[in-house]
Amino acid sequence: MALPKVCGIETEYGIIVRGGESNPVSASSLLINAYVARITDRGESRTGWDFNDEQPGSDARGFSLDDVVVPELETSLVNAVLTNGARYYVDHAHPEISNPEVTTAIDAVRFDRAAEEIIRLSVEAANLQLAQGSGSARGSEIVVYKNNSDGKGNSYGCHENYLLARQTPFGRLASQITPHFVTRQVFCGAGKVGTEVTGADNDSVPFQLSQRADFFEEEIGLETTLKRPIVNTRDEPHADAQKYRRLHVIVGDANMSEVATYLKVGTTQIVLSMIEDDVLGDEWLLAHPVPAIRQVSHDPLLAATIMLADGRRATALEVQWGLFEMAKKYEQHHGLASVGEEAGRDLLARWERVLTGLESDPGSVASWVDWVAKRRLVDGYAERHSISPGDARLKAIDLQYHDLRPDRCLARRAGLETLISPGDVAAATREPPTTTRAYFRGRCLAKYPEAIVAANWDSMVFDAGREPLSRVPMMEPLRGTAEHVARLIDESATAAELLARLGS
Amino acid sequence: MAERTQKPKSTGRTDDTVEVDTDAAPAATEAGEKLKAELDDLLDEIDGVLETNAEDFVKSYVQKGGQ
Repeated sequence: MALPKVCGIETEYGIIVRGGESNPVSASSLLINAYVARITDRGESRTGWDFNDEQPGSDARGFSLDDVVVPELETSLVNAVLTNGARYYVDHAHPEISNPEVTTAIDAVRFDRAAEEIIRLSVEAANLQLAQGSGSARGSEIVVYKNNSDGKGNSYGCHENYLLARQTPFGRLASQITPHFVTRQVFCGAGKVGTEVTGADNDSVPFQLSQRADFFEEEIGLETTLKRPIVNTRDEPHADAQKYRRLHVIVGDANMSEVATYLKVGTTQIVLSMIEDDVLGDEWLLAHPVPAIRQVSHDPLLAATIMLADGRRATALEVQWGLFEMAKKYEQHHGLASVGEEAGRDLLARWERVLTGLESDPGSVASWVDWVAKRRLVDGYAERHSISPGDARLKAIDLQYHDLRPDRCLARRAGLETLISPGDVAAATREPPTTTRAYFRGRCLAKYPEAIVAANWDSMVFDAGREPLSRVPMMEPLRGTAEHVARLIDESATAAELLARLGS
Repeated sequence: MAERTQKPKSTGRTDDTVEVDTDAAPAATEAGEKLKAELDDLLDEIDGVLETNAEDFVKSYVQKGGQ
């Protein structure tokens, strides 16, 4: 039986400073510090991140690079843990929010939207400081974008993470998930004007499905910043490594459409469950995934065929139909407990609807699919003003689709269907999910902020007024849920009391 | 030349085939008109909020590579 597909999204945002000196690292730090100051009574009482167990150099294929590569995490930069269980920090000159672990695709959407709201509040707070500041920064303005490329060959990621059983053979996992990663962009691509394939003329591809596809050069590997692989082998489970692995997915786009995020996460949860239960098989394996991912992205007509490993050719939509049909059979024979039965049925219904729509008339799913919504704006604008491909205004529309200022964001105006109410988004900026260990993390941070020295994904360090400090391990992602610990936290007035009761 | 795979569409999905009725054509045109009107409104709005100097804006949008 496939494990519950615990998952989470981490997003690096684009950031610029208008009317001032643009140093993205200091702008990102300012952004996060302004937010933390806004939400805490005293700015200095925020909880830091604990790097003790981070090993981003461990490779799922069985070797470790920790000794030879410079650690990717710069521990000196701003790093905060929020009461909703998320981590908010500066990574590679971008503000990044790593959302808390959740068990359902709809919760992944809820926290993805909450992260956007956290950014909006951060920008508001930071720009207030800039307006009141002195010197050259006075009056400058920070703007943040939820996209994955600057159009000039620089990309930054929106990663997904999924919990899998350690016993799932990594080789099978990597080959069988690849067809989904190459073709799911037909419904979860965020759209892009132009191409950034090295050596190609930017305007040779007027419009493509994905922000990210141009940047993938390997089928499988450990890298995340250059020579990016379709399947990333980082083996850092942030959980009991004997039992679990975490699949770190770097191939996706950040979506503005809530339904696109929902489908991206939900369909991937289902396909991974099938792989874990070894029912997916090799029918849809691809012959050449790296050229295929670009070919699919560069073909908004969805007509191009890619070569399968057995020599057949299929369109991306045909591969998706193949995976969908297998998922339907899987639901009938195994059930979808790993993603939640009801959630699973809704996912299958929407998956079928989006494929049907894309096949008959992509315009019919413009309220679900980012690239369709964006392309409508780009093409409509070009037609109205008689503009030809390559015009800066079309690239500006592309960028501004992802602008997180509500009064400037074009995605907000594109008629996208929403799944999460504004009230639920606001609550999710503060309150953790209830169905994973993120609940324990978030509730403790909210209730005992003075007593928490550091936190990370799989532990928390408490200073309950006695030596030594107490580290509470959280190696089981599905322990520490509301069901397990809500009463315990409700009834413990202090961290010392909580620790005593946990120990008893 | 390898054979094209057969679309699973015809084999797998069964229950919810949409019946096309004879009134569908005018309805579709109406829906098309509505969509076009919406797009026109949207394009008007974009003219209002789009960065005024698109060329400078696009040129100055430079990011450091991330993960």
